[in-house]
Amino acid sequence: MTATYDSNDDVATLEEALPLEALPLDAWHRAQGARMVGFAGYHMPIHYDGIMAEHSWTREHAGLFDVSHMGQIGFSGEGVDEALEAMLPADIKGLKPGRQRYSMLLDQDGGILDDLMVARPADGAFDGAAIYMVVNGATKYDDMAWMIEHLPDEVVMNHMDEQALLALQGPEAGEAMAALVPGTADLTFMQCGAFDWNGVALWISRSGYTGEDGFEISLPADAAEGFADALCALRQVKPIGLGARDSLRLEAGLPLYGHDLTPAVSTIGADLGFAIGKRRRAEGGFIGHGRVMKELADGPGTKRVGLKIQGRLPAREGAQIFVGDNLVGEVTSGGFAPSLGAPIAMGWVSLPHSALDTALEIDVRGKRISATVVPMPFVPHRYRRATA
Amino acid sequence: MSRYFTEEHEWIDVEGEIATVGITDFAQEQLGDIVFVELPVEGATFDKGDDAAVVESVKAASDVYAPISGEVVEANGALEDEPALVNSDAEEDGWFFKLRITDMSELEGLMTEAAYKKFVAAL
Repeated sequence: MTATYDSNDDVATLEEALPLEALPLDAWHRAQGARMVGFAGYHMPIHYDGIMAEHSWTREHAGLFDVSHMGQIGFSGEGVDEALEAMLPADIKGLKPGRQRYSMLLDQDGGILDDLMVARPADGAFDGAAIYMVVNGATKYDDMAWMIEHLPDEVVMNHMDEQALLALQGPEAGEAMAALVPGTADLTFMQCGAFDWNGVALWISRSGYTGEDGFEISLPADAAEGFADALCALRQVKPIGLGARDSLRLEAGLPLYGHDLTPAVSTIGADLGFAIGKRRRAEGGFIGHGRVMKELADGPGTKRVGLKIQGRLPAREGAQIFVGDNLVGEVTSGGFAPSLGAPIAMGWVSLPHSALDTALEIDVRGKRISATVVPMPFVPHRYRRATA
Repeated sequence: MSRYFTEEHEWIDVEGEIATVGITDFAQEQLGDIVFVELPVEGATFDKGDDAAVVESVKAASDVYAPISGEVVEANGALEDEPALVNSDAEEDGWFFKLRITDMSELEGLMTEAAYKKFVAAL
């Protein structure tokens, strides 16, 4: 018996040649009974108790995720807003202190090089960064090379590789976090700020990638174990591995870079147009603007869609999507959705076949299974939004 | 009845000319939560080493090979409704399929339970 597919397959193959590195919480994960796998160049926990149990725990209580493999970057220097706007489609100038936004790095053709978060700490609140960015782990070095090339010398880019990054996610995350850091109770979705826990400086945003309420916490690597222990001592919190992180984000309809998003696809096709505001669309002045405007006018060639699968057989990444004999697309993420008790998938299909309720067929090992285009998220988001 | 094991983490119970095949407890633990098992149809014939079934866990799909040559006489229908049986009872109720053995001499290359335990301990 051998695994024919694994969500980490491509990464594992790439890294066979390179030794995996240890993250700050490596020993802590092992002490918690984690099964470790290679991911994005690091040893990371795939699960502790089992993916299903961890998935359900996060949907019902609060799960602690180690995402220290991700790239944390601080930007400062003269003209940083203008410089970042020339590179990113995000409205940086309109980003208020203590706010965070989802954005992406685009290449000249509008292909997606990475997706990311940008935040503006209040003056001096976080390590002197005027703008704080979090990018994907597997792409961080390529991102930084791209950014060095596309930012002026006046802008200083600081790879904050002494910082660990944790995520606390789930309906009880608010309660758990407030027990350790009371001030976080006031944060709403996509707000962020500097906090203190027993003299440790924390940078916390109310955000995450599971569809649940929760937080992402940047903190010095040497304080990560203590903070993780303090969180896991709370009755609401258990550590959760990469496996459940993947099934949770898939149910939440959130694309995973390197799978659902690649340089071959565009922002509008990916249904991520929300990340490009009115002013940026109208004024342009960022890399890849032409593609965005063209696709807003003419429509993208292919679109990222949600797929509901009939039966119990999961359709996984790489499975081809058909209408009759015509190949119309490909599954880019797929698996069993623990919260729904059924397989779901995300994929790219050509525009004429991307409308909601379109009936499609997916080839799984020579068998055609029925699928329907459905709206995402598959499981409703439960972010704590500001009630205006 | 004798039980044999393979390096691919399958167990084989042999009773007369019929072999019952499943995956080991070690294998189910490695795979994690099993959500679907694709079983062979009755009457299918396999050579030793052919792909005979697919087991889907939350995170991956894995092939199960025919540990010996034979013809499928029965597949475990209980797994259709309850694939998690493979997790809860891999080496009994979670069996996959039964084969009519083509060549009894193929059994000679398989491991005993003691040998398999040693094999797993060395992994």
